[in-house]
Amino acid sequence: MEELKEVYESNQYIVIRIGEEQYGIDIRYIDNIVRMQMITRVPKVQSYIKGVINLRGEVIPVMSIRIKMGLDADEYTKDTRIIILRLEQQGNIGFIVDAVKEVVTLDSSQIEKVSYDNKSDKQNFINGIGKYEGELISLLDLNMVVGEKE
Amino acid sequence: MDVSQYLEIFLDESREHIQNLNTQIMDLEQNPESENTINEIFRAAHSLKGMAGTMGYKRMQTLTHDMENVFSEVRNGNVKVNANMIDILFQCLDALEEYVDNIQSSADEGTNENAPLIKLLNDLLKGDKAEEAPKEPVKENTSETTVTQESSQGGKWNEINLDDSQRRVLCEAASQGKKVYGITVKIQESCILKAARAFLVFKAIEELGEIMVSNPSAQDIEDEKFNLDFSLICITDKPLGDVIKAVTNVSEIEDAQGAEVDIKSEEEDAAEAVAEATEEPEPQQKQLPKTPETTPEVSGAAAKPADKKAPATKAVVNRTVRVDIEKLDSLMNLVSELIIAKNSLVSATTSMGNTGSEFNEQVEYLESVTTNLHESVMKVRMVPIESVVTKFPRMIRDLSKKLDKKMELYMSGEETELDRTVVDEIGDPLMHLLRNSADHGLESAEVRKERGKPEVGSIFLDAYQDGNNVVIEVRDDGNGIDTDAVKRKAIEKGIITTEQADSMSDKEAIDLLFHAGFSTAKKVSDVSGRGVGLDVVKSKIESLSGEVEVKSKLGQGSTWIIRLPLTLAIIQALMVTVGGEKYAISLGSIQTIEDVPVSELKHVQSEEVIHLRGSVIPIIRLSDVLDVPSSKGSDENLLVVIVKKGDKLAGLVVDELMGQQEIVIKSMGKYISKCKMISGATILGNGEIALILDANAIM
Repeated sequence: MEELKEVYESNQYIVIRIGEEQYGIDIRYIDNIVRMQMITRVPKVQSYIKGVINLRGEVIPVMSIRIKMGLDADEYTKDTRIIILRLEQQGNIGFIVDAVKEVVTLDSSQIEKVSYDNKSDKQNFINGIGKYEGELISLLDLNMVVGEKE
Repeated sequence: MDVSQYLEIFLDESREHIQNLNTQIMDLEQNPESENTINEIFRAAHSLKGMAGTMGYKRMQTLTHDMENVFSEVRNGNVKVNANMIDILFQCLDALEEYVDNIQSSADEGTNENAPLIKLLNDLLKGDKAEEAPKEPVKENTSETTVTQESSQGGKWNEINLDDSQRRVLCEAASQGKKVYGITVKIQESCILKAARAFLVFKAIEELGEIMVSNPSAQDIEDEKFNLDFSLICITDKPLGDVIKAVTNVSEIEDAQGAEVDIKSEEEDAAEAVAEATEEPEPQQKQLPKTPETTPEVSGAAAKPADKKAPATKAVVNRTVRVDIEKLDSLMNLVSELIIAKNSLVSATTSMGNTGSEFNEQVEYLESVTTNLHESVMKVRMVPIESVVTKFPRMIRDLSKKLDKKMELYMSGEETELDRTVVDEIGDPLMHLLRNSADHGLESAEVRKERGKPEVGSIFLDAYQDGNNVVIEVRDDGNGIDTDAVKRKAIEKGIITTEQADSMSDKEAIDLLFHAGFSTAKKVSDVSGRGVGLDVVKSKIESLSGEVEVKSKLGQGSTWIIRLPLTLAIIQALMVTVGGEKYAISLGSIQTIEDVPVSELKHVQSEEVIHLRGSVIPIIRLSDVLDVPSSKGSDENLLVVIVKKGDKLAGLVVDELMGQQEIVIKSMGKYISKCKMISGATILGNGEIALILDANAIM
């Protein structure tokens, strides 16, 4: 995964599904993708934090992006995955997605920046829309996703 | 010479020496006549100078050198110790510390020449020895004279670089009728412990006089970074023959040659020095024939005892190893992983049921090994708090002058050990508390007299181990905390209302001191009372999983008690379940565990309490606090874990006890920091996560 950092201009994204929508996450921030496992609840924390998991001896907080986006609570199926992000400020953090689909490469011409005047809740989590083989992929703004704002 | 690799060692050792000097000068102030103290000071200053010189920090070297001059005069009884001198010396130490700080942050000593200080130092000398004053001004062109001439043989001491300060000392010595010799010592090729031999040579010469400079430096020689010979320049009033004899008396020395060095001529005219050097070999040659004769027989006789001595000297040097704290951290992490793995093995054996005693025995063996391993690693990380507290006497002395109050600091338990990370962090909070005691606690001498107390205030710093905790107490016999004044101030600052103040107990009022932005000092001084302080102290100590407590009696003084856990990473914990979830409670905070029938629950102010062995203990139902439904019926007996925080007790109601376990504390990351009740998480043998309850935060 390390050498992918070298690739610029065109970025690789992991495409995930949350509900009916497809989202892309910049692959450089992804540490790991793991299957759903037992999450230990932590009392008295933000509602969207589901708890902590044990990832090879490390304790990692896991959040529900659905709750954060104001969608229905997660339903865990055999496709449910936890994506572990590696962020400089917050350390490692996981979030639950309904399914992981594929890895795509998008260059800047395929990405349309999203303007911020639209105030709908969901819009805040996206910083661009990628067009890939006739499908639209919302590109997640990870800072907004993991940010403290509810 | 590339010295960057020694920078860290240099910094560590310089700080040690400066600290040592601080302590010793304090001592000197008390006992101006103590010969041991002045010798110790002289040694420390000398090493410091040598180190600074080797590392190329000229300004630092010059300053230490001038300090050393003063010490030297004191040692020789030419100058008397007085308060003024002590003050100047302390200022010098501060300046040195500044150099060290600069070096640490930028690898450069900075440009501050500290000329006024150097002048003050020289004035000290002048005061008693006026005739030497004219020599003090720094000569311009002698600053880095290298005597490069190569004399026919052996005269390697001529290659020694003398800087101007050293040159000055040599001139001074010469003017006092002492002799300056250059000596080159050659060690036998077969010698195994060259450094030890060199050390003995140094010792021998130092018995007769003073070694001014050596090539290679003393440090390099100690580290055996030299070939078979080394040179030095020494000052003595003994004839050269005696010195050479002393040197050759050391076994395994092949030969030693020496000659008088004429400093004046070098200083006056470099060209003349060259001429002189060609003349110099002659006296050497005269000395030479003697040495080979004496060497063999002496070395034969002295070989055995010296051989025994040498390894001993070596051993003293090698007894400690400096290790990067990061390496220890990673070692600690590995031990943690090992303990987790061991725990999984233990839980696997219990789930497998009866697997044969052989296997169980081995697991138990593994368990004892990991426990011992953990203890050893912990011990490696432990350092005595001495390294932090030794700077306090000096600080109190300065404060005493600044505040114009008489006070004395008494310390005990400096040898108490704490985890290195804790020791590093604890200095500032302690300093704050001491300042607080000195500034707010102690009364002025007049008030003390009026109250019938001894005029000199006392501050005590006591450290001791108490079970799994280390307790540090800062105590003073001053005024104590005036709770009414505290309340008034708090109302004034809008922290509490008048009604709140009226219903407040003294203890609660004292707790107000830890409120951010609180300061009772009527006048703001630069000592304490800037409104930042006690709240910072408290949060710092809490971040180290410790706690602060205050006891105070108005008019009699106050005691600040800091309680810190011995270890941070691995603890013994009681595992409990609440509503099906597993939690760990540190064994350190648990008093007892009680089985209480529901009928014994009483209510006080609509809070649940139990009456246990004479004390009323509030009950906290963990299921409520943690937002999980209890798995127990309401009529069943309550399982109560009694926890202690300072003097306070509380009973935590849990569903089930799972047993005692050694757990490794894992941080949950910055992302989950809002939950104060949870101090971390741990991974159980089966891979499950259990959260660690912070009993202090729940109470």
